[in-house]
Amino acid sequence: MFDLEMLLMLGLKVLFALLMIGAVMTMAGYSVLAERKVSAWMQGRVGPNRTVLPLVGSIPIVGKFMKGLGIFQPLADGLKFLFKEEMIPGHVNKFYYNLAPIVALVPALTTMTVLPFGEFFTENGESIPLMLANLEVGILFVLAVSSLGVYGIVLAGWSSNSKYPFLGGIRSSAQMISYELAMGLSLLPVFLWVSVPGTGAMGLSLVDIVNSQSQSPWLLFVQPLSALIFLIALFAETNRLPFDMPESETDLVGGFHTEYGGFKFGIFFVAEYAHIVVGSAIFTIVFLGGWHFLPWMSDPWPATWIGSLIGVGWFLAKTIFLIFFFIWIRWTLPRFRYDQVMNLGWTKLLPLALLNLIFYVLLVTWLDQPPA
Amino acid sequence: MAKTVVLQRKPLSLSERTYLPQIVTGLKTTFSNMFKEKVTLQYPEEKPSIPKNFRGVPTLVKDPNGREKCVSCQLCEFVCPPKAIRITPGSVPEDEEDREHVEKAPQEFEINMLRCIYCGYCQEVCPEEAIFLQDEYSTSGYSREEMINNKAKLYELGGTLPDQHYKWDKKKIAEEEGNAH
Amino acid sequence: MSTNGKSSMVTINLDGNDVEVPAGINLVEAAGIHGTEVPHYCYHPQLSVAGNCRMCLVEMGTPMRDRATGEAVLDENGVQKIGWIPKPIIGCGTNVSPGMHIKTKSPMVTDSREGIMEFLLVNHPLDCPICDQAGECRLQEFATDYGRGYSRYVERKNVKPKRTKLGPRVTLDDERCILCSRCIRFCQEVVDDDVLGFVDRGSFSTLTCFPGKELSNNYSLNTVDLCPVGALTSTDFRFKMRVWFLKESPSVCTESSAGSNILVSSREGEIHRITPRRNDSVNDSWMTDSGRELYKQVKSDNRLLSASVSGNSLNLSEAISSAIDLLKGKNVGIVGSCRSSVEEQYLLNKLSKNLKAKKFLRGHFGDDDGILLSADRSPNLRGNLVTGFSNKYPSDVLPELAQALEKKQIDALIVVGEELSESGVDLDDVNIPVIFLGTHQNKTSELSTVVIPTLTSFEKSGSFINRNFRLQSFKQSVPGPAGLLPDLHIIVSLINGLSEDADQSSDLASIWKQMSKSTTNPLHGIVYSKIPGDGIQLDGAKWDSLPFVEKKALHFSPLKQTQSA
Repeated sequence: MFDLEMLLMLGLKVLFALLMIGAVMTMAGYSVLAERKVSAWMQGRVGPNRTVLPLVGSIPIVGKFMKGLGIFQPLADGLKFLFKEEMIPGHVNKFYYNLAPIVALVPALTTMTVLPFGEFFTENGESIPLMLANLEVGILFVLAVSSLGVYGIVLAGWSSNSKYPFLGGIRSSAQMISYELAMGLSLLPVFLWVSVPGTGAMGLSLVDIVNSQSQSPWLLFVQPLSALIFLIALFAETNRLPFDMPESETDLVGGFHTEYGGFKFGIFFVAEYAHIVVGSAIFTIVFLGGWHFLPWMSDPWPATWIGSLIGVGWFLAKTIFLIFFFIWIRWTLPRFRYDQVMNLGWTKLLPLALLNLIFYVLLVTWLDQPPA
Repeated sequence: MAKTVVLQRKPLSLSERTYLPQIVTGLKTTFSNMFKEKVTLQYPEEKPSIPKNFRGVPTLVKDPNGREKCVSCQLCEFVCPPKAIRITPGSVPEDEEDREHVEKAPQEFEINMLRCIYCGYCQEVCPEEAIFLQDEYSTSGYSREEMINNKAKLYELGGTLPDQHYKWDKKKIAEEEGNAH
Repeated sequence: MSTNGKSSMVTINLDGNDVEVPAGINLVEAAGIHGTEVPHYCYHPQLSVAGNCRMCLVEMGTPMRDRATGEAVLDENGVQKIGWIPKPIIGCGTNVSPGMHIKTKSPMVTDSREGIMEFLLVNHPLDCPICDQAGECRLQEFATDYGRGYSRYVERKNVKPKRTKLGPRVTLDDERCILCSRCIRFCQEVVDDDVLGFVDRGSFSTLTCFPGKELSNNYSLNTVDLCPVGALTSTDFRFKMRVWFLKESPSVCTESSAGSNILVSSREGEIHRITPRRNDSVNDSWMTDSGRELYKQVKSDNRLLSASVSGNSLNLSEAISSAIDLLKGKNVGIVGSCRSSVEEQYLLNKLSKNLKAKKFLRGHFGDDDGILLSADRSPNLRGNLVTGFSNKYPSDVLPELAQALEKKQIDALIVVGEELSESGVDLDDVNIPVIFLGTHQNKTSELSTVVIPTLTSFEKSGSFINRNFRLQSFKQSVPGPAGLLPDLHIIVSLINGLSEDADQSSDLASIWKQMSKSTTNPLHGIVYSKIPGDGIQLDGAKWDSLPFVEKKALHFSPLKQTQSA
């Protein structure tokens, strides 16, 4: 029972998990840099270009180029957060105050366990998806866990015992409830579309969703309205502009994290970007064909380990573009007012998602009619 | 009486009401901005060009012969709105040959840069053209005391500027050559 | 100035308006009374008229009369014609006469002034930035008000010596001198010490001391005040501070019983100079050089700055309460002071009454110079008489105190500022607790049990009575050292602390209410805040029999001499 192979399996799983966490956290860190750089470029500035590592920076040309891009900036930022004094204001509820950043970060990291990011081809040409846990109901798991992230924000707002964080927490929970519905409803047509009775394809498995887009149109083209609603809801769920209600620098100082500083603030910060990374990945998986090449085309790369590497790279490229899109939107659009956010969620997106669902239910029913 | 005209807002079209075309236009604008020339000045390495009449740190200047021009008339101290200037007047000793006819010179001259508002009144009021707000704009220090520029510091900052008049030299010449009785 | 009323007034026409002025005054004064300034340099109201600066030129005319018949010449309207003098005349040297017409703003007058200013400035060095007179310089003021505004003089200016020492306290800058001769006349007429004069001619004229003499009399600094420009400067004040920083506050000189009126000039609580204040019934516009030095006491090294009990520094209230403990139930002796203000002497008298204390008072005497330095070298000896602290004339020793100490009649002593060792008291005999109230350290303060520092007359308000029995008030000019209170507060705390039912206020107005109550007292009916700037003459006839030491001097004649004369 307790044999070596099982230990090895367990060890491998832990190693993979750590690798995955490393990858996502690195991506989150560099998303911060990307945010700073892209915003700088859009505003005619140059952005962070001062940080440099002693040895790497002195490499001719490359060192200078990396310094100019601010490649080492996330390191400095992380170190700064680590070494700052941990301040705990006297008026907070200490237990929840300390718990909140963890609650914010953990769901973001947990969701990625079910994300497939490529496929591996065995010697006999069988493809095995690359992911930590191949859940049959992956998308449900993602929806369930990622919406737990809001508890971190609500906890932070409440335990800070101060008016701005409190308002930020309230707005966050209200926004989460409003957009969770639209998000779920926008995904239902996808499941309808993907699951074909009798073929064994499960609409709730992320791998099946990806594979259904191979050599056929991406779901983005099949269900543009679903994609749009999902994207908007995604923006709202990740608290990105134009939906950054919980933070609202302009009217709530720092929103839910007003009372936070040092490493705890850093965790909130990373969690926000981890959400973006995971959200981008999910959108890639569901609507952009995952690791598959272009719509209507079969993958041009060979079904070997090289092909799977290229596939992972292609997946990452799509995700990174989406992250860029997140940043791009942030520095283009102004922020919604709180009532506008509510209005949009309840009176526009929700009915639209319902109509969309009904439309696809009818469409799929009509398409799936057994030939008479 | 002008007639009040109530303007009717044009109703939005469907595409306008979705905001999507507008968002796309916005995205285009920001994206094209990314490739424009950057306006950032890499400050400590690159210095901005200082306009000619820039009002920087007030300094004391010497005339081209290296003699101090200030005679401690204290007009700048008087006119200084935040009372940043403090002068202890003194006299030029009689044995100092090329300057004894000026008689008066500051014994100590202090400008408190924590108080200074860079208004330039001191430069404007100075009858000897001895105090100038030059192009130095970056001052810092670790203590309040360090931010008080004393006479030596003020002359170090000020350097030498061309003199339009050589007022006291003319006087010296007049003294030496004299008028006929 | 005559006060006989209408009969001595004459009507003149000043710039077209008929105005009444006292007879016999000159045109500068007459115009000044009616608010018209006639600029002048050499004229000074308290010196003889020299008429050499020509700045006060005005146009004058008198009503015309027929030379032969003496009848008034009338014009076609039946009004007497005015005979205008074709050239302008000097205002200072011309006295008013009935019906006289003066023009002070006509084009001719304006032209004349511009011309005079231009001549005065021809050789003026224009070194206002280094000139101590800048800010109170007549040349600056009149150049602005009446000058042309620009210079036509392009030739080289005369250069003259700039640091001639005329005396120990006066430095002359020859270039700035405009030869008004005020200083010369002052030395001749007021001090009677004829040392100054002009030498050389034309633009080389120079003020100088006569050979072998120097300007060293005790009034030499008045020439600096008189000088309308920056030619004569005080060596002490030279280059020290610009006058526009100085806050001037009126006060009274404490040097002697002459009680010269002074202006104390201070900046940010530090006194920089003392100048005389005009008071035509006390000191005209003069004061002694020695009196101008008194401000140096304020910052002197031996100033008492903190209270102490048996040599340990304490704060003021602790020192006062330990003084009260020391004095309780004792036979107290009080040594008063002729340098205290009237109010302090009154309160000290009240304290001595409450304690049934023995009172002692000594005077300070010196030589009388017959002008403003009287033989009585204390500002307020007569205050002791008026307030009742003493009824006999003090001498400069205190044999009664020595006696009382010897016979052990007193077992505690309050000393206000006096030095006992100079008063004929052997300090070794003083073996009773001494409470010293004073501004400066001396031998007495060193042996005192309790030392309570007090304020100088520059730092407190009060009043003095001078040799003429003239009551003059002085106001605080600068704040006292940190933590110190005026003498009045200290005496009041002693009074209130030593008798249970006492409720004395240290407020000047209420002290004066008490002092001015008695109808027999010369102070009857006087309100402190209403004492005019030039003082109030009191009736001192009650004390005529006392042997006052002052000799005949400026605006003062001793009683005995007037009686015998």
